[in-house]
Amino acid sequence: MPEIVNNMHIVPLDYYIIFCSALFAIGVIGVLVKRNALVIFMSIELMLNSANLLLAAFSAYRNDPAGQIFVFFIMVVAAAEVAVGLALLVMIYRSTHTIDIESLNKLKW
Amino acid sequence: MFSQYLFYFLSILAIYSALMVLISKKPIHSVLYLTLCFFAIAGHYILLNAQFLAVVHIIVYAGAIMVLFLFTVMLLNLNVKNEFQKPRWVKFAAVISGSILLLTLVAIFRTYDMTVIKDPTLTQIGLVKNLGIILFKDYLLPFELSSVLFLAAMVGAVMIGKKDIY
Repeated sequence: MPEIVNNMHIVPLDYYIIFCSALFAIGVIGVLVKRNALVIFMSIELMLNSANLLLAAFSAYRNDPAGQIFVFFIMVVAAAEVAVGLALLVMIYRSTHTIDIESLNKLKW
Repeated sequence: MFSQYLFYFLSILAIYSALMVLISKKPIHSVLYLTLCFFAIAGHYILLNAQFLAVVHIIVYAGAIMVLFLFTVMLLNLNVKNEFQKPRWVKFAAVISGSILLLTLVAIFRTYDMTVIKDPTLTQIGLVKNLGIILFKDYLLPFELSSVLFLAAMVGAVMIGKKDIY
């Protein structure tokens, strides 16, 4: 695998910055637009992934492996968050029979 | 040249599938498009010469998290097209504020002066050997603490998911 990758040319780092910012903005728009709690979780995953990719890009371009180690820990936190969050979602659906976040406003002022 | 074309292809694929996550009506379609987006990001990792990260990304996201999402869709019986949507002005305002966020992020990152730029295709830091040495030498304590976090998350998920606790 390294021999294949070594024969390719370089992409400017700005492209990664623009691409990851666009992915992050799409995730933010998803959190703001959607009412389905499951799709909101997916948008949060999108945001985490864009941050991961940008960390990996900076670490590769600056030759510093700490960024790629950090991506591992973000993956750990994302996996734990999704496990607990989906368990909460199943629990909410079991007691209210909906995952529409507009109907879950009992604690809102 | 080849890697640039690959970069454009993967970026367009990832952004298209991320947009389709938001646009598609059924949650199951959103989950499948999100899987496509994760595979495109794994391709980006391979382009950055971070092969171990790409493999871990596919295993964790496309393997574990997507199965979790699909099982939740199946358990909640969400495949019926239930049309609850926010009002139109909220969507409009959300898209505008998201675009402003994108503009701000790009503007912030572009002012950052990159002094040390290396060719990522020449570095070997993304391989298993180098990453493993650093992970188990410099970052051993966070690694062990993350295992405790996983244990806590597992116990919490099982306790929350139990049926007779209300």
